[in-house]
Amino acid sequence: MRPVVEVSSVRKEYVMGNDLVCALRGVDLAVEPGEFVAVMGPSGSGKSTFMHLVGLLDTPSAGTYHFEGIEVSHLSADERADIRGRRLGFVFQAYNLLPRTSASENVELPMVYAGTPESERIQIALDKLEMVGIRHLANHHPNQMSGGQQQRVAIARSLVNNPGLILADEPTGALDTKSSQDVMRLFARLNDEQGITIMLVTHEPDVAAYARRIVTFRDGVITGDTLNERRAA
Amino acid sequence: MRLKLTLRIALSALVRNKARSLLTMLGIVIGVAAVIVTVAIGVGARTSVQQSISSLGSNLIVVQPGSVTQTGARTGFGGASTLTPDDGLAIAKLPGVASVSPAVSLRTQVVAGANNWQTTITGVAPTYTFIRSWPLAQGAFFNENEVASAAKVAVLGATVVAELFPNDDSPIGQTVIIKGAPYTVIGTLTPLGQSGLGTDQDDVVMIPYTSAMERLTGLTTVNTLMISAATQDQISAVTSSVTQLLEARHRIVAPQVDDFQVRNLQAIAQTASQTGTVMELLLAGVAAVSLVVGGIGIMNIMLVSVTERTREIGLRMSVGARAATILRQFLAESVVLSTIGGLIGIVTGAIGTLAVAALTHWPTAIPPQWILASVAFSAMVGIFFGYYPARKAAQLNPIEALRFE
Repeated sequence: MRPVVEVSSVRKEYVMGNDLVCALRGVDLAVEPGEFVAVMGPSGSGKSTFMHLVGLLDTPSAGTYHFEGIEVSHLSADERADIRGRRLGFVFQAYNLLPRTSASENVELPMVYAGTPESERIQIALDKLEMVGIRHLANHHPNQMSGGQQQRVAIARSLVNNPGLILADEPTGALDTKSSQDVMRLFARLNDEQGITIMLVTHEPDVAAYARRIVTFRDGVITGDTLNERRAA
Repeated sequence: MRLKLTLRIALSALVRNKARSLLTMLGIVIGVAAVIVTVAIGVGARTSVQQSISSLGSNLIVVQPGSVTQTGARTGFGGASTLTPDDGLAIAKLPGVASVSPAVSLRTQVVAGANNWQTTITGVAPTYTFIRSWPLAQGAFFNENEVASAAKVAVLGATVVAELFPNDDSPIGQTVIIKGAPYTVIGTLTPLGQSGLGTDQDDVVMIPYTSAMERLTGLTTVNTLMISAATQDQISAVTSSVTQLLEARHRIVAPQVDDFQVRNLQAIAQTASQTGTVMELLLAGVAAVSLVVGGIGIMNIMLVSVTERTREIGLRMSVGARAATILRQFLAESVVLSTIGGLIGIVTGAIGTLAVAALTHWPTAIPPQWILASVAFSAMVGIFFGYYPARKAAQLNPIEALRFE
């Protein structure tokens, strides 16, 4: 089967002040469909930079990146935006929901940019809210929901265009232990039951424990890539 | 389709920030409302000036005696006493002349019972009311027979009626004494109000010009000949043919100077309309300034909004919005804001205009082209001042935007 993500010899350098910072020094990684990968590492290890490259928010300085079989490292900003909208789902630490906007409208947002007709959008949004277990909150605004509920809305939003990959950047970073467990169980369930490919960035071992595979970054290179035999549940 | 989508995204973003949207609009609302009110007052003033000019008479041409040189000293205009009623009769036969009336004026005391009042006695022909477009309030004007017999009849202006007959019993049939002679009041005139020069046009007693010449001035000449051209287009033709006729009748050949002067109101009307144009330009300038200030207000708030919504922009980009989509969204927001502001401004301005009209009784009128221009200009202000913040939003780097605190 064709890998969802196939990164070869990727380097990323950028100028910060007068210094040339080398964030990634040659990274190779392949993620197959249906995998649940946790990317770990201390801050400054390059895991966030790697995440941005995989999420097509940035382009590598060198190396190749095939996303769903397409070489994407030289695409224009608009082409990358289109792939982000249609084939990728993002979940952020700070949820990033639109304020004063209902949960279902927040979930609809990626479909608005993808040009899905309005009648379909509402149905799909409700289906995805059902999938994450908060359909009853469809008309609630973010400020009427708990952190865990807001993150569920964000997860529902990441699912609406049936993406090939969900990227979650410290999704539990703002949550208490109980909500963190709930959110991670939800990710694990989506991966188990729907076969959704998930890549998660975290520095918490407890969180990474829910993934099937753990990739460790240090100083811009991958230093560990292990299968997680004792998966948390 | 894409436009509709952009507008919908922009509208929902504006609705999310209702209070700020309204405050942002305020500059444009006030600007447009101020424009509408000032234009309405300006146009109303211009119309009323034009009306008061045309109230002086229909297609009026006035002949006055000119200056003469007596023993080396030149008198001013009116110094010559050369115009006669016969000149008027001759002018009446010219083509393009609708009617002619001589006018003889003097100021004297008028007495009615216990009341007396100093006023202007004007001796005129029956055609005068037509020439001045001045209808009667009551009774009748004197006719050709009464002119021919120099009858002692009088028609009173509204001010004179009020001063001599304050108990508002009808003056018709009553007697007024002018220089010792009794005149029967046969009619009263409708009030005309002040003339363009500020004199009270209603402070007048009209009698046949023959009576005025024989009984009051004792002269064979008149002060003025009032001529009404048949149509407005014929005013200048009649003006020059009157000049030629009077030169012939008064035997004036070059290099002699005319002993009369023929004037029409076109010069005055032209000045008034030039004044109006200058005023409208001035108002347009005020309008432009206030709308530019409103536009800068929009730009400021949009810049604040872009900064405040940096994370939102990052999110929109991460879920598939292209830079151009973000640009269009923010541009649409500012255009929608400024256009709605413009529309509210028009309504506010219309209400303000009605209020001004009700309070001051000034004439007002809102020309439709100004309404269209205000809306178009506010939309343009939205595009012009919205572009910079919108471009700033579109150029954000999604990674940095998402990280923005």
